[in-house]
Amino acid sequence: MMTTAPWLTVLALLPTVGAIVVLLGSSAAAKFVALATSLVTVVLAVVLTVSLRGGGGMQLVEDAMWIRPLGAHYALGLDGIGATLVLLASIVTPVVVLATWSDYDRTPDGGLSTVAAGETARYDSKIFYALVLAVQTCALYLFLATDVFLFYVFFEVVLVPMYFLIGGFGPGARRSYAAAKFLIFGLLGGFVMLASVIGLYVASADAGKASYLLSDLSGLTLGTGQERWLFLGFMFAFAIKAPLVPLHSWLPDAAEQSSPGGATMMVGIMDKIGTFGMIRFCLGLFPEASQWATPVVMVLAVISILYGAILAIGSKNLMRFVAYTSISHFGFIVLGIFVLTRQTLTGSTFYMLNHGLSTAALFLVAGYLVKRRGSANIDDFGGVQKVAPVAAGLLLFAGLSTLSLPGLSSFVSEFMVLAGTFGKHPAYGAVATLAIVLAALYILLMYQRTMTGPVRPAVADRVTDVTVRERVAIAPLVVLILLLGVYPKPVLSMIEQSTTLLQTSVGVSDPAPLVGGTR
Amino acid sequence: MESVTPVLGTGLFSLAWLLIAVPAASAAVLLLIGRAGDRWGHFLGTLAPVVSFVLGVVYFADLLGRDEAERAVHVPLYDWISSGTWNIGVGLQLDQLSIVFVLLITGVGSLIHVYSIGYMAHDPRRRRFFGFLNLFVAAMLLLVLADNYLVLFVGWEGVGLASYLLIGFWQERPSAATAAKKAFVVNRVGDLGMSIAIMLMLAAFSSSSFTDVNAGVGQLSTPLATTLGLLLLLGACGKSAQVPLQSWLLDAMEGPTPVSALIHAATMVTAGVYLIVRSHAIFTAGPAASIAVVVVGTVTLLFGAYIGCSKDDIKKVLAGSTMSQIGYMMLAAGIGPVGYAFAIFHLVTHGFFKANMFLGAGSVMHAMDDDVDMRHYGALARALPITFVTFAAGYLAIIGFPFFAGFYSKDHIIEAAFHASWVAGTCALIGAGVTAFYMTRLMLMTFAPGKRWREGVHPHESPLVMTVPLIVLGAASVVGGLLLNGWITEWLNPAVQGEAETEGLIHFTLIGGVTMLVVLAGIAVSFLFFGPQKVIPDVQPATRSPFVRAGRRDLYGDAFNEAVFMRPGIRMTNDLVRFDGAVVDGIANGTGTVISGFSSRLRRVQNGFVRSYALTMTAGAAVVGAIILLGRLG
Repeated sequence: MMTTAPWLTVLALLPTVGAIVVLLGSSAAAKFVALATSLVTVVLAVVLTVSLRGGGGMQLVEDAMWIRPLGAHYALGLDGIGATLVLLASIVTPVVVLATWSDYDRTPDGGLSTVAAGETARYDSKIFYALVLAVQTCALYLFLATDVFLFYVFFEVVLVPMYFLIGGFGPGARRSYAAAKFLIFGLLGGFVMLASVIGLYVASADAGKASYLLSDLSGLTLGTGQERWLFLGFMFAFAIKAPLVPLHSWLPDAAEQSSPGGATMMVGIMDKIGTFGMIRFCLGLFPEASQWATPVVMVLAVISILYGAILAIGSKNLMRFVAYTSISHFGFIVLGIFVLTRQTLTGSTFYMLNHGLSTAALFLVAGYLVKRRGSANIDDFGGVQKVAPVAAGLLLFAGLSTLSLPGLSSFVSEFMVLAGTFGKHPAYGAVATLAIVLAALYILLMYQRTMTGPVRPAVADRVTDVTVRERVAIAPLVVLILLLGVYPKPVLSMIEQSTTLLQTSVGVSDPAPLVGGTR
Repeated sequence: MESVTPVLGTGLFSLAWLLIAVPAASAAVLLLIGRAGDRWGHFLGTLAPVVSFVLGVVYFADLLGRDEAERAVHVPLYDWISSGTWNIGVGLQLDQLSIVFVLLITGVGSLIHVYSIGYMAHDPRRRRFFGFLNLFVAAMLLLVLADNYLVLFVGWEGVGLASYLLIGFWQERPSAATAAKKAFVVNRVGDLGMSIAIMLMLAAFSSSSFTDVNAGVGQLSTPLATTLGLLLLLGACGKSAQVPLQSWLLDAMEGPTPVSALIHAATMVTAGVYLIVRSHAIFTAGPAASIAVVVVGTVTLLFGAYIGCSKDDIKKVLAGSTMSQIGYMMLAAGIGPVGYAFAIFHLVTHGFFKANMFLGAGSVMHAMDDDVDMRHYGALARALPITFVTFAAGYLAIIGFPFFAGFYSKDHIIEAAFHASWVAGTCALIGAGVTAFYMTRLMLMTFAPGKRWREGVHPHESPLVMTVPLIVLGAASVVGGLLLNGWITEWLNPAVQGEAETEGLIHFTLIGGVTMLVVLAGIAVSFLFFGPQKVIPDVQPATRSPFVRAGRRDLYGDAFNEAVFMRPGIRMTNDLVRFDGAVVDGIANGTGTVISGFSSRLRRVQNGFVRSYALTMTAGAAVVGAIILLGRLG
């Protein structure tokens, strides 16, 4: 039965259906519909993931002619890599819904809610949750698409709900600026990628079979120069999305001006499109060019790791702070992708999931505090642990996950990336490892400044501890971070089957141990 | 070199994970239950390490009854990280070395828990405190029971987390929060070495298990083996507060006093010594790394002793002495096979007498309204008789007074040091004299006649719940060395491929005699300056001596870190923040402005959203057209 119905389409469209129902229904019902839909989605995502059989190839595939004149197919498939990200997008969305539960309710007199710093939201909860679900649908399609054109379309479309999510609900006066900046960066990347998409199609036509299908394109023989240009088009778009220094400057602004829920959808889920795209398209379609670009990409990745960490230390705003820690983490993910060993590929894929979980926890718990204090400035906090010990504890837990404390899931993936890199390029591995010291510094400095010390008067007046609903929203993240840290095996082996296939298709093998015959 | 192959643990041993799980579960309950657990939390928290201790005794008895060749028991639990050629499992290894640690951690740890019931009685967050203590014990047990370096590292960082939480327990004090952060960050610098060491193991052997690494390290080139040893040493320096990563230990006194006892005696600082001894095969393959261990140990034993001489804060004197004593252990571990067992022997006796003295210091502080300045003490022997007698036992043990615990273990190290190198031996000897000096000073300033109490202080002996642990530890400080001497070396040698001599109970050598004289000299000098008839000023006298000032400022460890790391780091961070805003973002905004032609409309663009989008799509289409053309042409 699982194979007969178009289950992937059902999965990807569930949030769309939810969004439509949200829009048609009343404002008061919006959050309930959103929560219900996202919970059904997560159940289906887990069922589909568990039903994957071994082998690592695309499963539950769907393929139909979509736009005949363009040769575009509506083609979906699920493999271990995609499934990891589908799980991420499915798990984080209901958490966002529950964490922002009453943030955008209309006031008793029917007005719009006031967000931090006295700004008013531009829309109410109905629009908010419709946009959240729309982002989720786009993300699911992106992680499932096996047709380059279909991928491209959603790559552009996701900008729209995300744009309104930033511009409509952010706290500050600069939210419109930040939203526009986000959009321009996204469009810039998108149209450079479009050039490559079309170029790829033309190349396939020249080779005799015009197609956008990954299965057709991955066997394509391209000229060296051609392959490199096409690779660069994709890579540029992905390096903006999962920002690699120096293409990152939109992210801190967008995060600072977003609502916590919007920031979570953006950094936790949407930005993974970039790193996912590097694996699926850059490595999958342009193996030679990827290896050609590896030295430069690795340098940029290591710079991102350290640069993001140092900028996080210097951040004065909690939301910006999280954005910079993410830039550092995206550096790790990109490094692992391009080092191209099985440990680093599997580690990077797992890293995307773990980073999504811990960033969601960090943004949302910070959001709880920002909402109460009415400011996201780090200096406006101080002594919070005394008045809100549970909130402080949750923030510390999210922070420890961000600094990859062993025993938590992020450690497993970060260590796989670092150790795998070290085995192939010791210098890069060793330099990147410096980030573990910087990460301890940025997390604990932030915690010290906001949570410890004497209680500031404004904190004592305004900050209360988190409610039961707010705790319940974060609980799944905490449980997963612990569980996957202690027992990551099911997810790792699911990913590894697909990364093994990928590594073979790229034509790279792991470095041999220095000492043979010890095992 | 033959290596020990562990036997598979079955039956009782398959439950060895309970050793760790019991305190870990207790920690989870205490931290999650909320106020409901306030009334009984401390009892549960104390029960947990006691249960682990009892389990530890059972396992110890079992190992004791086995043949020497079967005393290393391997208990694989499950696959943790399998990827490519790696197959890293979670498993435990109980052998002669780890079981000694288990008994020390849970035994001394339990006493510290009992003591804390009284010491923290008036703290509203006592339940949370016990949760953190349990976490500490669980992490330390994982560290010593792991069967491979990566799982060891989980415990290693868990210990770091627990120390962070406990040093910063009184978080509302900015100094405590800073000290906690400092401890964690400095430890992470050590962890840098530790992480890269494990990466190197994986690159070399595709495994991080003790068995595989020990078996393979002989095939590694000497420079690589040496590098591996040096990286591990960096890790050990962080956890064990050895120079150059010593600076966190003195600040760590910000935590409640039982925490200091736990960090200094039963957990944390002993981890580095454990790591070096556990990695004996690596240091054998890279002998230069062993020399580095000797150097670090020797420098630190003098460094700590120097600091111990110049502090008026009773806890900081003890902290300096910990650095110094751990230095002795590192020195012994660096000497190699003849020293491993002595390092662990001293670690165990030090665990007794240092826990004893820290808890004693807590009892003194309890009596003196939390004043830690010894210049405000004096004449406490009569007011706190039990504390005095037990503290005196610890004192005699640490200075190596004949037949007290430290006498046996420290003498062995000094002798072994002389056999290895006369420089190290001489330094160890001098260290013994300095130790006698500053510890005698501590005793005189605290307990000898001559009240210097602040107004309104009425010293009183601590309640039973605090004095009973003191008495037990005091007794261990007296007889611990005598009971373990000889036996412990014989017990440990096979596990660490050691060749430590196992002398009889009474054993006098020339070096032993000289040591005794040096110790007596240290005591005499101390009496000369701080004897009962001397007047001790109420406030620390100003000094011109650069040597005294250096000691008071911890030999400029913090000043060095500030000048070399912190200030340049802060400057670089600020520069980079400016660079990011002005240059990176400036260029991006500028480019965006030019490309999109949005210059004047950037702020209003949201209204023209659809138009802009259409515009860009058109531009995109134009580019696409061009590319298609080029594609056709090419």
